[in-house]
Amino acid sequence: MPTDSNFKRLPANAAAEVVIWVEGKPLKARAGESVAAAVLAAGLGPTRTTPVSASPRAPYCMMGVCFECLMEIDGQENTQGCMTTVAEGMQVQFQRGIRNVPEVEDNA
Amino acid sequence: MSAAAKPGSVKAEVTVIGGGLVGLAVARGLQDQGLNVAVVDEGDIALRASRGNFGLVWVQGKGDTCPEYARLSRLSATLWQDFANGLAEHTGIDVQLSQIGGLYICLTEQELEQRRIMLEAMRDAQQGDYPFEVLDHDALKAKVPEIGPTVAGATHSPMDGHVNPLLLMRAMVQRFTDRNGQLITTGPVTKIESNPGRFVVHSGDQVIESSRVVLAAGLGNRELAPQVGLSAPVSPNRGQVLIAERVKHFLDYPTGHVRQTGEGTIQCGDSKEDVGLDTGTTTDVMATIAHRAITMFPLLAKVRLIRSWGALRVMTPDGYPIYQQSEQYPGAFLVTCHSGVTLAAAHAGPIAEWIASGVADPSLSLETFHADRF
Repeated sequence: MPTDSNFKRLPANAAAEVVIWVEGKPLKARAGESVAAAVLAAGLGPTRTTPVSASPRAPYCMMGVCFECLMEIDGQENTQGCMTTVAEGMQVQFQRGIRNVPEVEDNA
Repeated sequence: MSAAAKPGSVKAEVTVIGGGLVGLAVARGLQDQGLNVAVVDEGDIALRASRGNFGLVWVQGKGDTCPEYARLSRLSATLWQDFANGLAEHTGIDVQLSQIGGLYICLTEQELEQRRIMLEAMRDAQQGDYPFEVLDHDALKAKVPEIGPTVAGATHSPMDGHVNPLLLMRAMVQRFTDRNGQLITTGPVTKIESNPGRFVVHSGDQVIESSRVVLAAGLGNRELAPQVGLSAPVSPNRGQVLIAERVKHFLDYPTGHVRQTGEGTIQCGDSKEDVGLDTGTTTDVMATIAHRAITMFPLLAKVRLIRSWGALRVMTPDGYPIYQQSEQYPGAFLVTCHSGVTLAAAHAGPIAEWIASGVADPSLSLETFHADRF
C-alpha cells in the first residue's frame, strides 16, 4: 500500500486499531476516525472519479459539504467517506463515475 | 466587463431593476436592439426565484383560463432553442436545454381524467393547435420503464422541455456583462424619481439616470410600481425543492414533479404554500414531496437526498404575468411573471422589442396582461 501521505495522525489521538479493507487490501485505521481520514493518512487515492468527466478526486472538506470523498462503503455507492466512521472489516471501494440506480424490482 | 460599482452617478439608455432571469432576459433583448443597459440588482441577498426554481420550459396546462398566456408560453418555448444557442455562442455555456416533450404524471384515474378535460378545452381554445396526448399506465411505462406500478398515467406534450437553471443564470449574467452591460449590485432600489421620459433610480450610494426604466424586481415590484404610476399586486408563494444524489440516467423527460439533470442529479418539487417571505423548508412538506416522487419512481426509495431549499414564486392574484407601460410616466415598464425560465426567450425577444420601440406586436395581446384586470 502507498504510504506517501501529507497527513500525520497526532500522537495525542492514539486509539485502538481497526482493520478495514480498501480496494480489497487491508488497511490499519484508528477507531473513531472517518474512512476519508484513514484513506488520506495511508496516502491512498484518488478515491473517486466524477460522473461527468471522470476527473480523479480525493477527500477535501472533511466535514460533509463538498461530496468529493464519495466511495462505495459496505456495498453502498456514493457514501460520504468523511461522514462514515471506520468499523472492523468494513469493505471500501473507490467510487468510479456515476452511481448505478437500483433496479425497480429491488423495491418490489 | 463591468467595473465594480463605485459611489456616484451612472447613465444608461435603459435601467432594468432586477438582475434575475426576468431582468437579464429583458436586458439581453434590449442590448440586441443596440441599447446601453444598466441592471440594478440586490446581489446575493435577493429573494432569488431564479436560483431556486425547477428549470422547466413548460407549456402544457399553462393558461387554461387565459388563451393569450397559453400562446405566449408556447411562443417562448419555440424561441428557446435559438435563445440557448445564442447563450452558448457568446459564453461557451451549454444550459442543457432539452425539448423532447414533458410528462405530467397523474397518480389517480380521476386526476388523469380531469387533466384530459382541461387540456382538451385548451386545445379547443387554440383552434385545435395544441399538441398533447393522454398516456395510460402501459403507454407511460413504454416511455419510462421505471414508472411506479400504481401510477394511473400521464399527459405528454411535445411543447415542453427543461434546462439547468443555475447554468442559465450564470450564462445570462456573463453575456450581459461581456457585452458591456452595467451590472450594479448596490442593494435594493430605495427610490425612483419619475418624470415622463426621465427616471432616476437610487440604490445604495448609486444613482442611475435613464430615459426608460423596466421593473423586473419580482416581489420587489409591489413597492416599486407605484413610484412609476403602475400597480404590481404580487405575493410570494413558496415551493420546496429536494435534491438527490447523482445517479445513472433513467429519466429523460421533464415532469411536473421530478426531473433529472444532465449530470444525473434528481430534483423533486411542486409544493405550494403561502408563508410570506419565508424561504425555509419543513419536514411535512418535504416528506410529501419525497413520498410522491417514490410513488412515481420507486427506484428513488434507495436514492439519497443531499440538499433541500425553499424558494418564493412571484404570483399575481390570477397567476398570469403583468406587462404594462405606465401612462402617467411613459418610458416606465413593468414586467413580472412566475415563469421566468419558460418566458425568458419571449422576454429577450418580443417583450424587449416592445420596450425598445414602445410598440407591442398586436399578436401578443399585451393589453390582456395589464394590472388593471385586478
